[in-house]
Amino acid sequence: MRSTTFIFALLITASLFIYSGCGNGNSTGGAMSHSSAAEKVYVAPGEYDQYYEFFSGGFSGQVTVHGLPSGRLLKTIPVFSVDGEKGYGFNEETKPMLMTTYGFVPWDDSHHPKLSQTEGVHDGNFLFINANNTPRIARIDLTTFETTEIIEIPNSGGSHASPYPTQNTEYLVAATRFSVPIPQKDVPIDSYKENFKGTFTFISGGQEPGEMDIAFQILAPGYDYDLAHCGKGVSHGWTFFTSYNVEQANTLKEKNASQYDKDYIAAVNWKKAEEYIAQGKFKEWPSEYYHNYYSDKTHTGTSTKMKGVKVLIPSECPGLVYYLPTPKSPHGVDVSPTGEYIVGNGKLSADLTVHSFEKMLAAIEAKKFDDEIDGIPVLNYDAVHVGTVEMGGLGPLHTEFDGRGHGYTSFFISSEVVKWSLETFEVVDRIPAYYSIGHLSIPGGGSMKPWENGKYLIAMNKITKDRYLPTGPELAHSAQLYDISGDKMELLLDFPTMGEPHYAQGILASKIMDKQVKFFRLEENEHKYKALTEADTKVVRKGKEVHIYGTMIRSHFAPDNIEGIKVGDKVFWHITNLEQDWDVPHGLAVMGANNAELLIMPGQTETLVWEPKAEGVYPFYCTDFCSALHQEMQGYIRVSAENANTKMKWRLGDEAFGE
Amino acid sequence: MRSLPKILFILGSVLLLGTFLSPIWRITLEAPQYPKGITMYIWINKLGGDEPGTLQNINILNHYVGMKMIEPESIPELKYFPKVIIGMALLGVIFGLINNKKLWITWGIIMIILGILGIYDFYLWEYDYGHNLSDEAAIKVPGQAYQPPLFGSKMLLNFNAISYPYYGSIFIGLSLILSFVASFLKGKQDIN
Repeated sequence: MRSTTFIFALLITASLFIYSGCGNGNSTGGAMSHSSAAEKVYVAPGEYDQYYEFFSGGFSGQVTVHGLPSGRLLKTIPVFSVDGEKGYGFNEETKPMLMTTYGFVPWDDSHHPKLSQTEGVHDGNFLFINANNTPRIARIDLTTFETTEIIEIPNSGGSHASPYPTQNTEYLVAATRFSVPIPQKDVPIDSYKENFKGTFTFISGGQEPGEMDIAFQILAPGYDYDLAHCGKGVSHGWTFFTSYNVEQANTLKEKNASQYDKDYIAAVNWKKAEEYIAQGKFKEWPSEYYHNYYSDKTHTGTSTKMKGVKVLIPSECPGLVYYLPTPKSPHGVDVSPTGEYIVGNGKLSADLTVHSFEKMLAAIEAKKFDDEIDGIPVLNYDAVHVGTVEMGGLGPLHTEFDGRGHGYTSFFISSEVVKWSLETFEVVDRIPAYYSIGHLSIPGGGSMKPWENGKYLIAMNKITKDRYLPTGPELAHSAQLYDISGDKMELLLDFPTMGEPHYAQGILASKIMDKQVKFFRLEENEHKYKALTEADTKVVRKGKEVHIYGTMIRSHFAPDNIEGIKVGDKVFWHITNLEQDWDVPHGLAVMGANNAELLIMPGQTETLVWEPKAEGVYPFYCTDFCSALHQEMQGYIRVSAENANTKMKWRLGDEAFGE
Repeated sequence: MRSLPKILFILGSVLLLGTFLSPIWRITLEAPQYPKGITMYIWINKLGGDEPGTLQNINILNHYVGMKMIEPESIPELKYFPKVIIGMALLGVIFGLINNKKLWITWGIIMIILGILGIYDFYLWEYDYGHNLSDEAAIKVPGQAYQPPLFGSKMLLNFNAISYPYYGSIFIGLSLILSFVASFLKGKQDIN
């Protein structure tokens, strides 16, 4: 009976695919009537969206900010990749943000944006996001929408199960996606089972800018750790991580890591970990990692190389970690709003596994252990399992919740969103996604209080095929917006996204919009090379280094004529934007510069390094249209031969200065 | 109550000091790209705006058409107006204590003359800023002046300039009214 239903479900799914494929993209692809959907997403010119939605930029390394329900792109925030548009990672102030123990890393793969929480609710203070390739977590300050802090995670090979904050952002977590020799060493890859390990990392300082640090790490068996969620409400104090490749394969993982019926969800009791740390039951490892912090006072980033982490070994710390057997290489592990249900999204199965936190505690109490791995008890499946959402679809990846007792799960293979009841574990509605949905997002749906009880759901899709006008071989990924406020889910809108949106989080606009920094106060500028008035501008030679202390204001640079630079000099353009008004950035572009432009916010100072290679007179100009005289906002810098005796001179209009 | 007129007159004189608590005039520039407008406040002793950078922002706009920089340091009135106000308040208190109706009326008339002179002076400044334009201005519109109105609103190129007295002026008005009410009551008492 069960297999018949399964085949039937597959047939339905397949037919949906074919149906939409025949739609040639100009059908609404299952949307409700055009006009009623259009009304629901229409935000009139000059009016605001109701939500901010933060999307991961995936392999772009960045974060994009969209408005909902319109889907409009509001901003791209550079995080883990250099960005010529904003000079991020190119100017001297932000280069330190991308420092790691591997040196300067100009690119990464950003995955899971997570908002800071207070009492289990998104507080709108910060957004965090992880870098999957070179393991790091970044903080974005939601008063400036700028990346202000990045911490590297040592003893990790790929940080995927991250940054998932605890209920009050006591910790952000991370786990290694690729187990590696820990600490790193030169061993045969075939010695995986013997030498490779995983780690769970807890990072403190989430609510204190500049204070992020590795609180402790827990050494774990060498599996692939995939995703995480922290407990909340009743399960506050615990964090759950999914694993796959319990087979411990090191080659052809697509087959060899998919053999067992069940992998594990690791349940980590971090309050217990705090006790063990307090008791000194940790190993102090000499691991190195970088902590990078950008100050909005000095407008400058600083890199600090940190050394030493506290490591807990589960076999020496009873009660620290337990394994919950969970079918078929679970991807997401999601905790219901009350904290009671732990949902395992077994990505190679059709079913969804729901564990009970209460049952888990009882099983631990009664020692219902089936096995023990490296000191980690494996709990009996039936003792923790509370329900299965059967035949949900195929390939469940990730679940979020509304405030009305439903879970919503993305099914990658059957390309659909499935709504199910948290009471009966039965499917109550389903709707196709176009195509191949990865994660989904209900604003607030990962917290204890979904905004408006869950009004919208966003599907993030890996494949778009025929959904938009074609753009050559590479097509956009996409997001789809559904109205989930009624009994039936309704598709409202479909819009392309940047890079690959692995995940997104939304928050009511009112939680953020009123605390925006509009410009930086000049009197608070503590940049080492600031010039706060035109009278402070100067050009200073120090051997082969030339420091220009310049300013910009509508519509001129001070100085705008500079002479006395020589081939072989390293010229530092330290430019302060003297504007004190909202939305008046100025840019600086210098002909032949080997890096990027500067895009300087009002009240801010930034530095471009320029190394001219040939004699001549070089123009420089403002790139960001600033006024009616923007085109005139330009200047010249003269470069003389290395042995010339051209005097250092600079001027603005009639005001000329020199050595 | 026999001393009521005296109390009212002294109170009115002291109220003049209220001009230090709030601006006396407000000029707002409105344009589509400034949804909230740019607002300059004129105090008895200083110039201000709705944001710390307001004066700089107005000067940036003005420089396109060759208007002079508005620099509080170069406006002597901001230095001696406060002295005049304090002086008149003191004089009012003394006249109040002398308790003489003729002095009170004199005080009121001086205030009116000073007020008219003040507004005329303000007009002259506005005229000077609006008409005395640099020959080197980037934007020159033949026949166009940029003098904001004393009362009311006026389009200056793309900006609608709106100018009205602000709360500080109410103190001056109240002060005057009280001085005349006091004089009137005093007159009735003297007849009786």
